[in-house]
Amino acid sequence: MFSFSAEEIDAIRLSLWVASIGIAASLPLGMFVAYALARWRFPGKILLDALVHMPLVLPPVVTGYILLLTFGRKGVIGAWLEQTFGIVFSFRWTGAALAAAVMGFPLMVRAIRLSLESTDRRLEDASRTLGASGLTTFFLVTLPLALPGIIAGLVLAFAKALGEFGATITFVSNIPGETRTLPAAIYTFTQVPGGDAGAFRLAAVAMVIALAALVISEVLARKTAARIEG
Amino acid sequence: MFDVSVKALLGEFDLDVSFRSESMVTALSGPSGSGKSSIVAAIAGLYRPAQGRIVVNGKTLFDSERRIDLPANKRGVRVVFQESRLFPHFTVAQNLMFGRWLAGKKRDRQFDEVVSLLGIETLLARRPRKLSGGERQRVAIGRALLAEPKALLLDEPLASLDAGRKNEIIPYLSQLVANARIPILYVSHARDEIERMAQTIVKIDSGRMTEIERR
Repeated sequence: MFSFSAEEIDAIRLSLWVASIGIAASLPLGMFVAYALARWRFPGKILLDALVHMPLVLPPVVTGYILLLTFGRKGVIGAWLEQTFGIVFSFRWTGAALAAAVMGFPLMVRAIRLSLESTDRRLEDASRTLGASGLTTFFLVTLPLALPGIIAGLVLAFAKALGEFGATITFVSNIPGETRTLPAAIYTFTQVPGGDAGAFRLAAVAMVIALAALVISEVLARKTAARIEG
Repeated sequence: MFDVSVKALLGEFDLDVSFRSESMVTALSGPSGSGKSSIVAAIAGLYRPAQGRIVVNGKTLFDSERRIDLPANKRGVRVVFQESRLFPHFTVAQNLMFGRWLAGKKRDRQFDEVVSLLGIETLLARRPRKLSGGERQRVAIGRALLAEPKALLLDEPLASLDAGRKNEIIPYLSQLVANARIPILYVSHARDEIERMAQTIVKIDSGRMTEIERR
């Protein structure tokens, strides 16, 4: 029952890879946006906040379609990226990673922002009066104190990215070995006669991964919090 | 030593204070909510006053007319806050070394001297959460002293402590103040604390200076 075919293993591997790369690559931007939303006052802040949360409320197919229009080979950004850096998103695993990143982004930003908002600003003031610049204070004080929230944000975004289906299939289709992630593979299995066993195996894997992600995030967050508070 | 003139509107609170003191140890006294901590924060560079001039030991830290506003980390003004504000994710030793490390200094003789002056040798490996209020405040004083201070601001360093803990700290503070080689601004609402230590007492009420007493 639980012997996986090469195709299934491909889908699992690809899913983990795509979600990991997507989330890792979007972390710096996620941190920056979360920091801006938590700490700065600027015109258009509400708009930025709404924009960040869009993928959460938009039908994923629409997000995928927008990605296709902008990051596709003929899209404004996609065409420029291909000409300048030779980076292609459409119908490649990179595109799946981009879709995963976009879908996980709101959850990541939200968790990091909440955690930044709840860190004690008075400790940052203390750091500055001891001679630390704003940037040094961020790395020595703000970041370590916000770490449990950042980890939680990362894991949530990762879990969301892992389950991404609508945007991915719209943007980069369902190509075995390239863009056929776990959900796409499960969907494919359910569409062919005799695919039930495969669908069941992959669904079980998806559940195990999701559960593991949640448990790991909880354990990590607790450990980090304990380490911070001594 | 301190030449301070600050105008600022902080929420509903209207601060408009100016005083000048040539004493090594200056006390800032007044009831809670009178604006003492806002003056400390202005001197430390934690916010920008609407108008004014702040000169400490001959160095201009802020001057609205001349558009001088040194960032907090460039002022060399170290603060001991009422609530210690130790970094919870660092050990006592790491807290003590924070400013020193930023100034490119190592754990040296001065470190050992300050640690023994404050009697915190046995606490070095602990985390702030495991310390009593009095111990925490001694570490906060040590952290400020070790950060190469050009001036020291003590913002109600005893206010959050009970009588027993106060008596634990006062000897260290008195010794520190008596041997002061840098300007110290000692903020307190407790008259007895101040009288023992300061040569100039600046009295503040409702965001204004009401009296300056030179002893």
